[in-house]
This record gives sequence, C-alpha cells and structure tokens, in this order.
Amino acid sequence: MASSLNRVNYSVTVDVTLRAGIADPEGATIERALPALGFSGIANVRAGKSFRMTVEADSEADALAKATSLAQRLLSNPVMEDSVARLSEGN
Amino acid sequence: MTRIAVVVFPGSNCEYDAANAVSDLGATPSFVWHSADSLGDVDGVILPGGFAHGDYLRPGALARFSPVMDAVRGFANEGGPVLGICNGFQVLTEAGLLPGALQKNRGLTFLCQPTTLVVASTSSVLTRQATVGQRLSVPINHFSGSYTCDDATYESMVANDQIVLRYEENPNGSRDNIAGVSNVGGNVVGLMPHPERAMSTLLGSADGRVLLGSFVGLSADALV
Repeated sequence: MASSLNRVNYSVTVDVTLRAGIADPEGATIERALPALGFSGIANVRAGKSFRMTVEADSEADALAKATSLAQRLLSNPVMEDSVARLSEGN
Repeated sequence: MTRIAVVVFPGSNCEYDAANAVSDLGATPSFVWHSADSLGDVDGVILPGGFAHGDYLRPGALARFSPVMDAVRGFANEGGPVLGICNGFQVLTEAGLLPGALQKNRGLTFLCQPTTLVVASTSSVLTRQATVGQRLSVPINHFSGSYTCDDATYESMVANDQIVLRYEENPNGSRDNIAGVSNVGGNVVGLMPHPERAMSTLLGSADGRVLLGSFVGLSADALV
C-alpha cells in the first residue's frame, strides 16, 4: 500500500518523574537506605515510571510527537509530573 | 425528593456506603455505571471511594476517560452539585474539574484512621450548613491523599475561598493541611476523608451528617 510505505515501527520510551519541588517520598526513602547497603556519594534520588512502546510513524519526529502527546494526556499528570519521550536503543 | 446519582466504576467499593448515607438523610440514591452516557434526572452526583480501574497508572487516571465523565463534566459546568469522596476526589482532579493533584502519602503507608477536620469555607455545597472553624471527626482511608498544587494555584484557591476542609493534624503531607477543595463556583467538591462513614455515633461519629446533609440540601434542623 503506497500510503503506508514510509510508516515504520519505532521503539519509544516515556519516562515520568515527579516535578521539581514536588515531594518524592519514595526517592527519599531509597536514598536514606543507601548508606546501610554500603553505597556512598549518591544523592538526589528521584523515583519515577518508565513506559516502553512501539509506535508506528512516518519519522522519528512523528513517533516522538505521538508519544509526547500520549505522555502528557495520560501517562503523566502534568500537575505533579514531568514526562519525556525518547527513542529507545535498537531503533 | 432530592435525587443523587452515585457513579460506580469498576473497582469502586464505597458506593453502597454513599447510597446508604444519602438514603439516611432522606434523599434518593441511584447507581450509574461508568459506561453510561447520562446521569439520569438527578439533583446531585457523588463519585464514591474505591479503586476505579484498579488505580492502574495513577488513581483516577483511567476513570477520567470513562464515558460517564462527559455527563459529570456537563452537569458540573451547569452548576450541578458534584461530590468526589477519596477516590472520587482523585478522579475529579485527574479530570481537571478540581485543581491540584493527590500524590502518595508522605510516609508511604496506607492510612486508615479517624481524623479531625476543621471547616475552612462554607461557600461549597458540602459545607454550606457548617460553620467556619467547626471541628468534625471523619475517618480517612487512603494511600495517595497528599494534596499538592503549585504556588499560583494555591494562591488563587485561597483568593477564591476554595479550600473547604483542613486536617487539624496533617496525616499525609498535604499542602497547608488540605483535606478538601472546591472549584471556583463551590458546586464541585472533593475530599479525601469519608463522611459517609461518619453517619452514626454508634459507629464512632455522626459528624459526616452536616457535610452530606449540606450536599443533599436538607435543612440543618433535619439533621438529628
């Protein structure tokens, strides 16, 4: 089909983290546990979520645009979370 | 007779408590399944507590897209009274019908305990028969109940008298001890505590009656 000749599947990852200034009790708890495990020199731990998906699109930019829209409408709550869509390794 | 729709999502679990409370106050509840496109002929709507759509992704994130939410939004925009309790509050914030968001509790534990609330505003449909400063014993039962919003939102909420209820002692890390908020019009209200579980002194507290009595529009004299 000519119309879909250029459509390619892209592997995309969306990372969602709490916005700067929003308390992150999960990240803070992980950070507090580090010394007991022998880790030192690790700070600013932030917990978040990662979503992986396959996006059919005309171009890398198109794939990222679709994933970014999804991230902002559903995968994150922009009131308290930031989201970033990026191409995964292996594209 | 006041008619109240109680919306039921897959995973709601406080709909019967809410309906019983509404009945107890002399109003008539009706259950509305989340896939309905209409609320029916009602005077108010309650989004009850529970775990709508399993709380997958975030509490309220998927419920916001349930078909019935278009009807809830339309009802709210026409000034209809809408009340979100616990998970229902989370749904209303995710849907953008109330400002702010609910994040995980500060201590990362599920909290199930009585709390003392202080009425901060009587401009809302939930508190119009209460008095500012009134203290109410109402239980909480949540994991993601820490209210958060940015500074601009907070200042506009203060300016518009949208902070409805505060905790006397902050159990979960909520900004400014916020337990419940309203929209600018005061007709859409959400709170994390469960007034429908504070309907009888026999079960610990009857302080939820002034809140739900306000919502269903009974006179305070009827609240005995």
